[in-house]
Amino acid sequence: MPSDSRDKILRRIREALAVKAPACHLAHGGSPAAGHAPTDWLPPVPTSPDGRVALFEKNSADLKTGVRHCADAAAVASELAALARENAWKSVASHNFSLGSSAVQSMGLPVIFTDRGYETSALERCDAGISGCACLVAQTGGIMVTAASAGGRALSVLPPHHVVIASRSQLVGNLADAFAHLRESHKEIPAFVSFITGPSRTGDIERILVLGAHGPKKLTVLLVA
Amino acid sequence: MKVTLFIPCFIDQYYPGAGIGMVKILEKLGHEVQYPETQTCCGQPAFNSGYWDEARAVAETMLDAFRDAEVVVGVSGSCGAMLKVFYPELFRGRTREADARALAEKTHEFSSFLVNVLGVGDLGASFPAKATFHDGCHGLRELGIRREPRELLKHVRGLELVEMAEAATCCGFGGTFSVKFPEISTAMGEVKCASILETGAELVISNDSSCLMQIQGLFDRQGNKIRSMHTAEVLANF
Amino acid sequence: MSTESLQFHRDADRLTHDLRHRGLIQKALGGYYTKRDEQKAKYTDWQMARISAAAAKFEAVNHLDKYLVELTEKLEARGTKVFWAADGNEAADYIASVARNAGVKRIIKSKTMTGEEIHLGQALEKAGCEVVESDLGEFIVQLREEPPYHIVFPSMHLTRGEINATFEKKLGSAPADTPEELTMIARNVMRQKYCEADMGISGANFAVAETGHISITENEGNARLSTTLPKLLVSLVGIEKVIPKLDDLALLLPMLATAGAAQNMTCYNTLLGGPRQPGETDGPQEFHVVLLDNRRTALLADAEQRDALHCIRCGACLNVCPIFKNIGGHSYGTTYQGPIGSVITPHLRGLQSWKHLSFSSSLCGACSEACPVKIDLHHHLLQNRRNAIAQKPVWWEKPIFAGFAWFMRRPALYRFAAPLLRIGAPVLHAIRGKIFDPARMWTGTRDLPPAPPQSFKEYWRKRHAKR
Repeated sequence: MPSDSRDKILRRIREALAVKAPACHLAHGGSPAAGHAPTDWLPPVPTSPDGRVALFEKNSADLKTGVRHCADAAAVASELAALARENAWKSVASHNFSLGSSAVQSMGLPVIFTDRGYETSALERCDAGISGCACLVAQTGGIMVTAASAGGRALSVLPPHHVVIASRSQLVGNLADAFAHLRESHKEIPAFVSFITGPSRTGDIERILVLGAHGPKKLTVLLVA
Repeated sequence: MKVTLFIPCFIDQYYPGAGIGMVKILEKLGHEVQYPETQTCCGQPAFNSGYWDEARAVAETMLDAFRDAEVVVGVSGSCGAMLKVFYPELFRGRTREADARALAEKTHEFSSFLVNVLGVGDLGASFPAKATFHDGCHGLRELGIRREPRELLKHVRGLELVEMAEAATCCGFGGTFSVKFPEISTAMGEVKCASILETGAELVISNDSSCLMQIQGLFDRQGNKIRSMHTAEVLANF
Repeated sequence: MSTESLQFHRDADRLTHDLRHRGLIQKALGGYYTKRDEQKAKYTDWQMARISAAAAKFEAVNHLDKYLVELTEKLEARGTKVFWAADGNEAADYIASVARNAGVKRIIKSKTMTGEEIHLGQALEKAGCEVVESDLGEFIVQLREEPPYHIVFPSMHLTRGEINATFEKKLGSAPADTPEELTMIARNVMRQKYCEADMGISGANFAVAETGHISITENEGNARLSTTLPKLLVSLVGIEKVIPKLDDLALLLPMLATAGAAQNMTCYNTLLGGPRQPGETDGPQEFHVVLLDNRRTALLADAEQRDALHCIRCGACLNVCPIFKNIGGHSYGTTYQGPIGSVITPHLRGLQSWKHLSFSSSLCGACSEACPVKIDLHHHLLQNRRNAIAQKPVWWEKPIFAGFAWFMRRPALYRFAAPLLRIGAPVLHAIRGKIFDPARMWTGTRDLPPAPPQSFKEYWRKRHAKR
């Protein structure tokens, strides 16, 4: 393997930085206001759990993410069965997670469990991927996944319908809260983290929105009380 | 107040009406107007073309002309920005930097001066017409002027002001840009003229006569009868 | 004039007369403006958000060595191989050698402007690999053998009819006339490519020093798939992409979405910090991050314009630039279009050859106003002009501006300009637009104003004569 230019580049950088740059973004009376976190300037998020659920639902509706409320584990099973019927699923993929395992089994469909290792071509043929998540984000209407919480890196993006089963207690306010959750629940930030905000989409053709460009065309969140 | 007039070179040569309007208005408001005759050009054409030494040489004439002025008021957003925003840059690290900063400090664009310094709104003007306002880019983005001309024009009796969709979009003049890249400049001007036409206005008003030169130049070539006037000319009808 | 400049004038001339193109782009961007303003209005304070975002990038860029070293350490701790490339050739050669050593035949690529910059696709094809662009817009322009039109929306200039014709011709697909049908055609083609590819290539929007992750923003999911399914992954990252802390993303990701695409948040924002880790059942077995200089350090050394390295490649400046909208992305003739391209290209590719991009602007400032990280774009265009002229004045302009200065320093002479203008004006009017009209650059398309009966100076003198 060729040796790289690390030392050369670092030398160039240090020489360049010997001259100080004007902080022109702070000109004309601008200064990051003391006592404020940068995220204070984002769209505001309600502090109450109900308020956050409402915001998450509103954002999900805008994104065309389906949200279904489930009072308990039995409700999860019946919602999942309903989804399977509505979408004519023939086979699904999932992983071992507390909110979903029994409901997934009770569907009576062939299941690929990605946390046991799998063939890509087999996963590609599944009609749906059913996973947990690390948390839900109210501000964006999005879902944060890690490999451990969502059955690996591909389960939440390869099958054409992604179903997330999450509990209301997993809902956080904004991305800063999501990162805080990652820090609290892990010794080190995992090697794979992804924020999923709605079904896959593109505007590349005449700036007209089309869902299901490469990732899932449908995204459904089953929100457990 | 003793108000010293800054009359940019092309206003002097092509659009003296804007300057004359400013004189009438300031005198009506009871101020004494002065006009140092040694002023010629702010130097912006050389500055924008990258010839900063030549621009500085010209700018020194302005530093001298306005040295004793209390307050300097000009009828152009773009030349106003040259004095207020770019002179400190042009003279940074040079012997006359302090003079440049002093001039920048005491220079005001005309509509900003009326509204923000003198606190006037209604000048008692009347000008029946359906008009739309074009925001010259330097005035808008270098000097932050948007509210002020509209504040003044809303009191003009008989004037119906409608906003065009592309009010804040560049007309394509850009000084030497208009002749160095005439094809791009013209396309931008066409977009601006189309937006004006959409409003149904018979008159386009701006704080920048250089923009109006571009817009009117295109309308004239198209054979369109829409007129253009500087804000000061409209306001001076009392 | 450089050859690049001549080509630019030719292309700009053609595009500015293309009313179909003008209408298409206006339509494409119309919806963006409305949604973007709605989205910005939701922020507690968009202007303060810009200052905070700019402060994060300022910190990163002005301590670039420290953060790049930290980034590298953290990435390597998880088994990532980090390669520092001084220029495009070094980067392309390294990536080609990684591919060769692994016997790679099929490569799936997600969108990377940095990859465009170093012509990575071509280098890998020369090395015998099939390279497929997975991003829909990039896929379309790849099939058409065109460069991307816009750094965020590569196929913005094409109609569905043109895209369908390309698909029919190059893919043998059945005729399709809706964006939905066309997207599904690409989706079906791509699904096989993801599964079969030996190597994935991505870029990155950010690289977090604190935690050792690259961050990739996309809507389609093609980057998620390209960076997950192939056994080998290489990510090409410009050194200026580094940001100090993970929490900086909490602000930068939403702002990138808002400014770039008028969205609340882009569909997929993915942090990648290493290859498949113990306990993971999928993901690439091997992960390389190539850090690219390619004259970014030259821009860094220009302290006045260093903030151009703050760019998060959102494309907001392109979307508001009246020059971009009228000449189109291809006229720039280089990877980075629009205002940011006009600022950085002279630094990255040569001042004298590319200064025309900095001159071809009316300096309206819409770009600086739109930039979410407050880069002083339009003032940098002025600075590039000054630097270009200081280095090499244009031979016929220098005497003109010297004459201009000489004349304008002589108010006594200047006052004769007005009478001369009054004499000359009717003559100019008579020959307007003709080949021998000295003002034909103006009068080719516009009338000149009539010379007024008196100049302001003459009016003032008369006033005082009266008094």
